[in-house]
Amino acid sequence: MSFSRGSRKIFDDISLDIPRGKVTAIMGPSGTGKTTLLKLIGGQLRPEQGTIKMDNNDVHQLSRKDLYQLRKRMGMLFQSGALLTDINVFDNIAYPLREHTDLDESMIRSLVLMKLNAVGLRGARDLMPSELSGGMSRRVALARAIALDPVMVMYDEPFTGQDPISMGVLVNLIHRMNQHLHLSSIVVSHDVPETMSISDYIYLISGGKIVAQGTPDDLKNSNDPWVQQFIAGEADGPVPFHFPAEPVMQDLLS
Amino acid sequence: MIKNIQLLGQKLIATVARLGQASVFLYHILLTMPGVLIRPKLIIKQLYSTGVQTLIIILVAGTFVGMVLALQAYYVLVDFGAEDSISQMVVLSLMRELGPVITGLLFAGRAGSALTAEIGLMKSTEQLSGMEMMAIDPMQRVMAPRILAGFLAMPLLTAIFMAVGVLGGYLVAVHGVGIYEGVYWSLAQTKVDFYTDLMNGMIKSVVFGLVIVWIAVFEGHDSVPTSEGLGQATTRTVVHGSLAVLGLDFLLTALMFGDI
Repeated sequence: MSFSRGSRKIFDDISLDIPRGKVTAIMGPSGTGKTTLLKLIGGQLRPEQGTIKMDNNDVHQLSRKDLYQLRKRMGMLFQSGALLTDINVFDNIAYPLREHTDLDESMIRSLVLMKLNAVGLRGARDLMPSELSGGMSRRVALARAIALDPVMVMYDEPFTGQDPISMGVLVNLIHRMNQHLHLSSIVVSHDVPETMSISDYIYLISGGKIVAQGTPDDLKNSNDPWVQQFIAGEADGPVPFHFPAEPVMQDLLS
Repeated sequence: MIKNIQLLGQKLIATVARLGQASVFLYHILLTMPGVLIRPKLIIKQLYSTGVQTLIIILVAGTFVGMVLALQAYYVLVDFGAEDSISQMVVLSLMRELGPVITGLLFAGRAGSALTAEIGLMKSTEQLSGMEMMAIDPMQRVMAPRILAGFLAMPLLTAIFMAVGVLGGYLVAVHGVGIYEGVYWSLAQTKVDFYTDLMNGMIKSVVFGLVIVWIAVFEGHDSVPTSEGLGQATTRTVVHGSLAVLGLDFLLTALMFGDI
């Protein structure tokens, strides 16, 4: 699959598999198009070349109605949470249930409370999104993402900007949910230790290409200097610390 | 010289392309309308925020406009001994022009800018994307109810503006400059034609309402999701909305009252 924004090539003929029931991580430096990849999978963007298939359905060949049917089987946790700000936590989670099911209110209430209980926020049901901390917002968004019991959940930078406790909670939640609900998960992140701790398989993306792939152990043992720089978070290496410029002495003395 | 012509051409092409985008956008919204009509709660909620919350500014502005009209009419007409015709001038001005136009301008400034800011913020905080990924069409759930609410709210606000304007004129004419109350109301009644004056004014308000909410919703949806982009989109809504009201008012007036 290839995808460009204007003249900039975001993905250059990449190919990847997301196995059922596993946690697959897409990692890479900021600006490599990880979020774009999730939008392509979700059918919000269209690839320039190639196809994206979910359960043998070509996402971009589906009619609008069929695409929406397919999306009911996908959940997505946005980086910002993307909670609707004019309704409270309970209604945010009830929203997809009310829209897509004919369940009565008492059943919806039970389902919402169960989802909230799973993320530890049953007591926060009456709060408005503006009253939630960043970590709580993501947990509510996670509860909403699984509201319709999807078969696949996409997590967009779930750990970014979280304090250590929230991060630990989220790591644990994603891991547990994947196990207990038998989900296929795609985690897009550049938080190396957290993502590696819950992933079954990892794709490292940079410059529009898949530069490395394998299990977390494969990558830890990789001899590729780029992979080692990324995993160890070293400031300098194949990815230079300095933005291209003339030598510093020449610049200072000019 | 050639460069300037090229620049002008580029601007023109960009404007036409944007108008095309906005038309396709409106077309998509109109396609989703049947789904909105079966969810009246969505429309009522938007009617509250676009209509009810604009009410205060309409009431205050309408009263003062009516009062000023009556005062200016008195200053001119008293020289000819025709001050009894104040109500005719106040009522016709309000119904034919000032009612729909000033309501439109205030609506663009108050409700239009709020709509753009709200939708732009929903876009920048990924709420619209989130709805799409929940298999919920934002065109149907977010855009269409706002368009419909604006379409319904504008004529109601215009009618209220006209009514309070006439009352404001009454205050000045009867209690301010001493026109006989019966003369004020009887002239207002006999000199106004329901179809020519009132209905044409209401038709204008419907057209203005649709154009303003169309611009507001499109600008919000098309805004660059940054604070600067959102500010620019909000400004464009007010400027383009106001200019559209004034331009369309000329066209509609020429069609309704003139021989052009």
